Amino acid sequence: MYDIEIADLRKLIELVKEKYDYDFKNYAMSSFKRRIKRIVELYKFDSVDALVERLTHNPTFFDEFVSEVTVNVTEMFRDPNFWTILRDEIIPNILSNHNKLSIWHAGCSSGEEVFSMQILLEEMGVRDKSHTIATDIDSAIINRAKEATVSKKNIELNSSNYERYQGKYTLDKYFTEDKEKYNFNKQLLSNVSFRKHDLVKGQVFSKFDLILCRNVMIYFNQTLQNDVLYLLHESLFKYGFLCIGSKESLIWCDIANKFIVINNEEKIYKKVKE
Amino acid sequence: MFSYRNINVKYKAVVIGGSAGSFQPVTKILSSIPKDFPLPIFLCLHRLKHVRNGFVEALSIKSTKEVQEPFDKESIKRGSVYLAPANYHMSIELGNSISLSTEGMVNNSRPSIDITLDSAAYAYRDKLVGILLSGANKDGALGMKKIKDRGGLTIVQSPEESTINTMPTSALEATEIDMTLTTEEIVKYLIELDKLLKIKHENI
Repeated sequence: MYDIEIADLRKLIELVKEKYDYDFKNYAMSSFKRRIKRIVELYKFDSVDALVERLTHNPTFFDEFVSEVTVNVTEMFRDPNFWTILRDEIIPNILSNHNKLSIWHAGCSSGEEVFSMQILLEEMGVRDKSHTIATDIDSAIINRAKEATVSKKNIELNSSNYERYQGKYTLDKYFTEDKEKYNFNKQLLSNVSFRKHDLVKGQVFSKFDLILCRNVMIYFNQTLQNDVLYLLHESLFKYGFLCIGSKESLIWCDIANKFIVINNEEKIYKKVKE
Repeated sequence: MFSYRNINVKYKAVVIGGSAGSFQPVTKILSSIPKDFPLPIFLCLHRLKHVRNGFVEALSIKSTKEVQEPFDKESIKRGSVYLAPANYHMSIELGNSISLSTEGMVNNSRPSIDITLDSAAYAYRDKLVGILLSGANKDGALGMKKIKDRGGLTIVQSPEESTINTMPTSALEATEIDMTLTTEEIVKYLIELDKLLKIKHENI
């Protein structure tokens, strides 16, 4: 069986940085290695060197590479209790201070969390007060998110999460059935814009009341997590909220003390210092 | 068979995988090892995806050590017991930390035992003890092969004793297993290993 060594990955990372200006050097090594192994197997390369060779001579392959290297596993209403707290505590808190709500889904993947949020806002009757930006590094996955479809095999999991979240209806209210998939009601995306953005490059493009970046930074090492937290901090209004995955932590980041913990179980933080 | 030759001061970590029928042996192991067993223990046990709470508490009740679900990038501490959290894969990183991921399921499982075992084998090389217990699918077999290939020690729960033996049997087919043991013998192995590691520690 083919085993990938760190030296192989270094060569690949260097080429991608030099030729395409994407920097994977601070990605978490174990998952990055698995992604590369997957690409090598999927495209039947003999080795990582062969992959490097393809990327050197075939720039059109790069977009596919990015799609495969990033992890696009997501579900609607993952951790239902998180969404309940968002609905019952966090969003009312924001709206009690001002009449508008700006949201950033950083690393939105195929859009399941965006759809969940729009359903939540619709059911609260405050969707018209919100503006949402959803970003990802992978253009192909953004296009899929825009198409707003959910594959049939995931619908059961999504529905049971929605039930646990105790939504007002049943999830199928928001979908129409197609052959292989379910189509999400796109009218609910009228206040959402999708765009490409690389967290690693660290560009601030707007300010938000609420940022969701759940299970995205787990693919980064601590150095990069630390850098990205600066970006997220700068992109939040003072007293804005940051949500990360339930098993992620900020405590070792330089600017952790600029946040307070609002909910430790669901990892919801509030920015309290500029 | 139990062999004293496999007790070696070089070992730096223990990783345990299990699925259906593994709760009892895991509990037996955790309740029998010395409280100050010096190596970190990584547990990857198949569990319900949407039930985040309760499992770590259930394991801790009888354990001599507290069992914890690590946070992403948490540093590995000597003698700690880490359980892969629900709906995350758990990997060991070079540089002594743990990382979590939401990659797709492997062998229909997240956490997947193969992922934990493979990453641990890479990080610890020949200094790893891998133990695979009762279970109803083949997850972990490939991981045990990785441990063996990198020079680590491989132990499976004896298929006769296992409530469901697909998991240990698959590992026995996938690679050379150093010892096929009953739960009691696994405990004995860890206690003997503990004694040796402590002697080594005292002599330094």
